[in-house]
Amino acid sequence: MGQATEIQENVVERLRQEILAMQGLRVPLENELRDTGLGIINNAFPNQTFPVAATHEFISDNAQNGAASSGFMAALLRILMCKGSCLWVSTRCRIFPPALKAFGISPDQMIFIDARTSKDALWIIEEGLKCQTLAAVVGEVQELGFTESRRLQLAVETSRVTGLIHRYGSLPTNVTCVSRWRITPVASIGEPTIPGVGFPGWNVELLKIRNGKPGRWQVAWNPDGFKVVQQPKVIEHLPARKTG
Amino acid sequence: MIVHSASIEAINKDIHPGMVVADATATLPALKVYNYKEGVCEKLLAELADWAFRFTPVIAVEAPDRLLMDISGCPHLWGGEEQYLADVVAKLKQRGYHANAAIADTIGAAWAAVCYGRPGQIIPPGGQQTALSSWPPAALRLSPLILDRMHRLGFYKIGSFINMPGTVLRRRFGQQLLTRIGQALGTMPEQLTSVLPAVIFQERLPCLEPIRTRTGIDIALKTLLEALSKRLLKESKGLRKAIFKGYRLDGNIQQIDIGTNRPVRNVAHLLQLFSQKIETIRPALGIELFILEAPVVEDLSAQQESLWTALGDSDANTELSNLLDRIAGKVGSAAIRRYLPAEHYWPERSMKISHSISEKPDTLWRVDRPRPICLLEQPEKIEVTVPVPDYPPMLFIYKGLIHKVKKQTGLNVLNANGGWISKRRSGITTALKTNRVRGIGYSGRVNMTKETLNGIYMDFLHDSYEAV
Repeated sequence: MGQATEIQENVVERLRQEILAMQGLRVPLENELRDTGLGIINNAFPNQTFPVAATHEFISDNAQNGAASSGFMAALLRILMCKGSCLWVSTRCRIFPPALKAFGISPDQMIFIDARTSKDALWIIEEGLKCQTLAAVVGEVQELGFTESRRLQLAVETSRVTGLIHRYGSLPTNVTCVSRWRITPVASIGEPTIPGVGFPGWNVELLKIRNGKPGRWQVAWNPDGFKVVQQPKVIEHLPARKTG
Repeated sequence: MIVHSASIEAINKDIHPGMVVADATATLPALKVYNYKEGVCEKLLAELADWAFRFTPVIAVEAPDRLLMDISGCPHLWGGEEQYLADVVAKLKQRGYHANAAIADTIGAAWAAVCYGRPGQIIPPGGQQTALSSWPPAALRLSPLILDRMHRLGFYKIGSFINMPGTVLRRRFGQQLLTRIGQALGTMPEQLTSVLPAVIFQERLPCLEPIRTRTGIDIALKTLLEALSKRLLKESKGLRKAIFKGYRLDGNIQQIDIGTNRPVRNVAHLLQLFSQKIETIRPALGIELFILEAPVVEDLSAQQESLWTALGDSDANTELSNLLDRIAGKVGSAAIRRYLPAEHYWPERSMKISHSISEKPDTLWRVDRPRPICLLEQPEKIEVTVPVPDYPPMLFIYKGLIHKVKKQTGLNVLNANGGWISKRRSGITTALKTNRVRGIGYSGRVNMTKETLNGIYMDFLHDSYEAV
């Protein structure tokens, strides 16, 4: 009896993997398995691993949230960028490169590209995602349509480069990105007795994750990596939406 | 045996080239005599010309004892023509040569000034005629026959005949005199035959039938690129810039150009770069001649080429460079930026733009204080309130909203040059006292960043504040 259940579970597990593969979410290769240091947030992802060969969408509606998203993306890039360089494509570049050092990234490994229009930016992001030697591509755009996001998804499926798309100031639309994050700033978390500004902190909302469990966490950043300081809260009011 | 040449010291003691050696040794018993070797002058001069490339790339040799240098665009690197000339002479002197040098607009005038002018003379632009007037006709590089005739006619100075009508001079002395005058004044052209001819990487493809189609242009470009690539490989070069020109039947020239981030001679990659722009060529009635030029080339060793498809770090760099080339072709190379640390306190100057993807930082990035991750494009005005002068602000007003400062890190005031200054003396402190900062240098900048509950994290006077 117990054996039969086990076999059934194996079959279910195998089928699940097949479905994920069909949806463009392959099982991570052995050499791609690296812990982004997100701790319990990893449980929200399919296969309990941050999807590397995928595009992630970050949305922000004002400058503060935009800056917080940039910071969180930089923190994510720390692990990804051991592989190589990273492109930071933007139509309004405000990043102050020396600040990246605080997130463990060597700013000279980052190549910044200023695009004049969103169209140019998307072209560059797509070309960047096709380039296998890059570790990741960060794209800051205002608009991202379904077609464009589909093109980006197809690019990462072959090249297995990570894409982080930051959309600022526009309403969320249907896109094929594997996840949607909203990062908002929280006051720095530190010992109240120690003077000075502490380490950055974020309110991390994983609004959408394909085949995963969305949630909400409070995350702090210290020089060693992420530190999840608050237990996850499952986001309950999710619009029923088909995956994929 | 006669004296071929003599040192300055010997000439001062009345030993002149052309004297019989026996007479010379008789007048000056201490004279040292060396046998003249055929061709040694030319050899030395050629070596000297090679050495003189530090001063200018265009150098011509004039046997037996002269170097002609085209110094256009070079003297400013030495801080002016005087310094340039002095350096040339001083460097030659260090090598043991007695040299005289002069600068003029034309080869003829400079030649004359070296022989007959004062040491280190610089003839100002357009001043050739004035300078030449007082010198003898020999300064014009004339043949001995003409000089002899002039001497007999009593022309001891150039000034006495230079204004005569050309026809008269030609009848008396022949065309050579007119040519030499013209060359000295700059009215007639004279070319320097440089020791090192400029290498031009250019390929031409004339077409039997005018080309009007995209396919035709593609084929022409590919043919030219293959030919150019072969030549570049032979000379171990790679191109950094290429121009593709199409000469149209109606006389119009259509051209597109590309630039690369590092020397390249891979046809496939160059073709890809050009293909982004090929559609801008308008063939109209047809193109009859294609020319591909590489105006900027750099050294590219053969080993690099063979690693093209191999794995490894250089390959990764190649792929990345190719990507950046394509992006540069699309949005311009100015849009691609990579930063290296620079040792300055001022945030905008704490980094410098690097122009190559392989350049390594020569100093460390500063990590000693928090830095905002985003900067405003323009500094914006804030008003601050401080309880006591020199204290960190209690609150600041930004865009009409009051932000109370809850936490802050450090207080460092910088002067305009980025050096540390005493807080008490600065104008900025005064501004703090009056509770207003009106964008003095960096001080008015407010930065949005990564953290804070509902306010703005700012970098004010280089400090970090957290506001609620």
